[in-house]
Amino acid sequence: MSGNMKLTLKVWRQKDAQSAGKMVTYPAENISPDMSFLEMLDVVNEGLIHKGEEPIHFDHDCREGICGMCSLYINGRPHGPKRAITTCQLHMRSFKDGETITIEPWRAAAFPVIKDLAVDRSAFDRIQQAGGYISVNTGGVPDANSTPIPKVIADEAFNSATCIGCGACVAACKNASAMLFVSAKITQLGLLPQGQPERYRRAQSMVAQMDEEGFGSCTNTGACEAECPKEISLTNISRMNNDYLSAKLFREEEVHHTGE
Amino acid sequence: MSLDGKVPQGPLADKWSKHKFNLKLVNPANKRKYEIIVVGTGLAGASAAASLAELGYNVKAFCFQDSPRRAHSIAAQGGINAAKNYQNDGDSVFRLFYDTIKGGDYRAREGNVYRLAEVSVNIIDQCVAQGVPFAREYGGLLDNRSFGGSQVSRTFYARGQTGQQLLLGAYSALNRQIHAGKVKMYTRHEMLDVVVVDGQAKGIVTRNMITGSIDTHAGHAVLLCTGGYGNVFYLSTNAIGSNVTAAWRAHKRGAYFANPCYTQIHPTCIPVTGDHQSKLTLMSESLRNDGRVWAPKTVEIAEKLQKKQITAAQVAEEDRDYFLERKYPAFGNLVPRDVASRNAKEMADEGRGVGASGLAVYLDFADAIKRLGEDTVKAKYGNLFDMYIQITDENPYKEPMRIYPAVHYTMGGLWVDYNLQTSVPGLFALGECNFSDHGANRLGASALMQGLSDGYFVIPYTLGDYLAKIGPAKVDTNHPAFAQTKQDVIDHVNRLISLKGTKTTNEYHRELGHIMWEYCGMARTEEGLKKAKEMIQALKADFWKNAIIVGKNEEVNASLERGGRVADFIELGELMVDDALMRRESCGGHFRVESQTEDGEALRDDENFAFVAAWEFMGENQPEKLNKEELVFEAVHLSQRNYA
Repeated sequence: MSGNMKLTLKVWRQKDAQSAGKMVTYPAENISPDMSFLEMLDVVNEGLIHKGEEPIHFDHDCREGICGMCSLYINGRPHGPKRAITTCQLHMRSFKDGETITIEPWRAAAFPVIKDLAVDRSAFDRIQQAGGYISVNTGGVPDANSTPIPKVIADEAFNSATCIGCGACVAACKNASAMLFVSAKITQLGLLPQGQPERYRRAQSMVAQMDEEGFGSCTNTGACEAECPKEISLTNISRMNNDYLSAKLFREEEVHHTGE
Repeated sequence: MSLDGKVPQGPLADKWSKHKFNLKLVNPANKRKYEIIVVGTGLAGASAAASLAELGYNVKAFCFQDSPRRAHSIAAQGGINAAKNYQNDGDSVFRLFYDTIKGGDYRAREGNVYRLAEVSVNIIDQCVAQGVPFAREYGGLLDNRSFGGSQVSRTFYARGQTGQQLLLGAYSALNRQIHAGKVKMYTRHEMLDVVVVDGQAKGIVTRNMITGSIDTHAGHAVLLCTGGYGNVFYLSTNAIGSNVTAAWRAHKRGAYFANPCYTQIHPTCIPVTGDHQSKLTLMSESLRNDGRVWAPKTVEIAEKLQKKQITAAQVAEEDRDYFLERKYPAFGNLVPRDVASRNAKEMADEGRGVGASGLAVYLDFADAIKRLGEDTVKAKYGNLFDMYIQITDENPYKEPMRIYPAVHYTMGGLWVDYNLQTSVPGLFALGECNFSDHGANRLGASALMQGLSDGYFVIPYTLGDYLAKIGPAKVDTNHPAFAQTKQDVIDHVNRLISLKGTKTTNEYHRELGHIMWEYCGMARTEEGLKKAKEMIQALKADFWKNAIIVGKNEEVNASLERGGRVADFIELGELMVDDALMRRESCGGHFRVESQTEDGEALRDDENFAFVAAWEFMGENQPEKLNKEELVFEAVHLSQRNYA
């Protein structure tokens, strides 16, 4: 195993949400092309700790592309230069020896920086809490096969359900819009028969919360779709707009009350 | 001491219904007078928190991640079992029960396992009602596939992302209760201790991972749903954050730790490439439905493959050893995980491994692609193949995957009785955090089942019984036990912060992992285990002298978080070795070299070891005390496992 790559990292360091941040340059040496991007940062951090310096803080957890925790704006792109992957699945073989790599946190007012490269994405949770579910209690539900769902519909719902909530769509958008994220859940549940009773109410509640959190508007640029690690399609946004407008035009009485 | 698992008397099939009727109830108007603490919000925790809040209890839920949706349950790929018999292929509750008992090598508790099989059918109904997009047939009904250790198709799945979809279902139920104000959610909070008052769990101490604030929380009961401890091996398929700290600190406050040496080694992981590696990635067991496992027949061919002088495709059919199909014709590539793992290791030990390190065997899809076409294979396993390509830079559509066993799931955990209560009243453990349902080896697609069974369908009943008995009067955080426990936590944190040595906690962790894998991994000997114990004790002493932690408590501090977790892993590691040393038999994935059949298969010793080993903490640096729960088998006969 050759660990022979040498890189220069320009990293955003910011002590906490209140402090001002700045770019700091670090060398990264003995990097193997088989390392993931996060493993490369681990190596740099081990070096910093040995020197008694604070390691670069970044969010990460499963390291297999599914938990949605890792973020990082790498050379101006969420999750780096490759399509349809998260940062933990990005490997150093995607970079050239000697390259300078710029690493920044997600940039969006609704995602304030916590420290260095980690941001607060709890706005996403609050949007889901506002209505991203089917209201069903535990137990006493019908047999699973008593609700047949055509395979094409189930597959379509699944495609929307694959969203990992990483926030790359927001980070990629010049307006920091969260429409792709929100529309994915609205579409998943709106396509399924179980989701019909609350379909229009759900669209209104989630959109209202999204606006309250300070995300920007969608202008159909498509950067979100292009940078989404799970390739969530813009079609979701069309569906969401459709449900939202239908709700506004025809079903106001069902949806005006969002709280419990 | 002999422990009572409190399994109800009577016929197996009636135990749970009868027990539910006998459990005391809390009336709806009184439920709101109780406060429940749930730690961890994966499948077990999120489903428990949501279900209890639905019933009317007030719930405080905690997780160390930034959102409950990140819990490691999200990474489970393959599927979830349920005895629905939708396929009309002979499945039944009893067969799922039987397969699970046998798969666990007769080291699980019958009553619990039967209940798991019984409620499995409700789990699928529940998840579908929540909008979990399981795979469907064209007719609109649910699709199933088969998994290791079973001869029926009872596994429900959502492509290769079943865990994600199930967790998002539970997360949505949790969100609904957060919105309704019945659950107060604390993210980026790490539990560092349990508060015990008069022998009962009454609260926890947490550290706010943003501010460093160390706080106490009181409740009528505490539920630990904090997952497994596979990261004791450093390299495992677990998320980096997965840790044993909550369970371990609970152990030190009196909760027995059961069967700690039972670790599942999963056969189909992507092999290790180098020292930099931070974790291993699992390829779903479902791949073995269509992929064929083989190694070259001779060492000579293996060496040529290792040096890349030839490719796998150039190895003639007669030079390939499809060792699982050869040795276990009835189950073939779908033998249970421990059997598949041990056989892969044997190939490598004989020098017949492939890949640069020789620590791998092939999982070949060439036949499946020929038979089904590349499009069908892509539709079934596409995302798994993509992931493999991403990590290895090799294309499994063109050449076989390389796989090797890796640490995946821990069957040991906090000891619980039939009600999921630990040896500390008021302290419950759910999901992978407890030891109860998988015996010495976990079958595929049963982890998700247990997490959701415990959370949705068991704890809502059994917790009520405990609460009804203690009544709604609350011990609040002004009780001196809270201040004392909080001070203990602060002292521990300060001790860590003051370490200004030369070795990073990551380096200690990696060293621990090497010791555990080498001496307490897939094969163990008395001699090796004794050596490991000494090495771990030395490592622990060195840690508290030479480790380095940077930064302070009052800030985001990953170095401190990791330091605390590694210190706990080291202590647990020693207990795992003690447990493995005591258990002089082979069972499940735990292979004691001294105990094997003439054919080299695992040899159980039912006469001496048909018990649960529940270890009791006796004080710092004191030997732990072994308590035994005898396992009684009424419905199944103990027999040598045979998958041929």
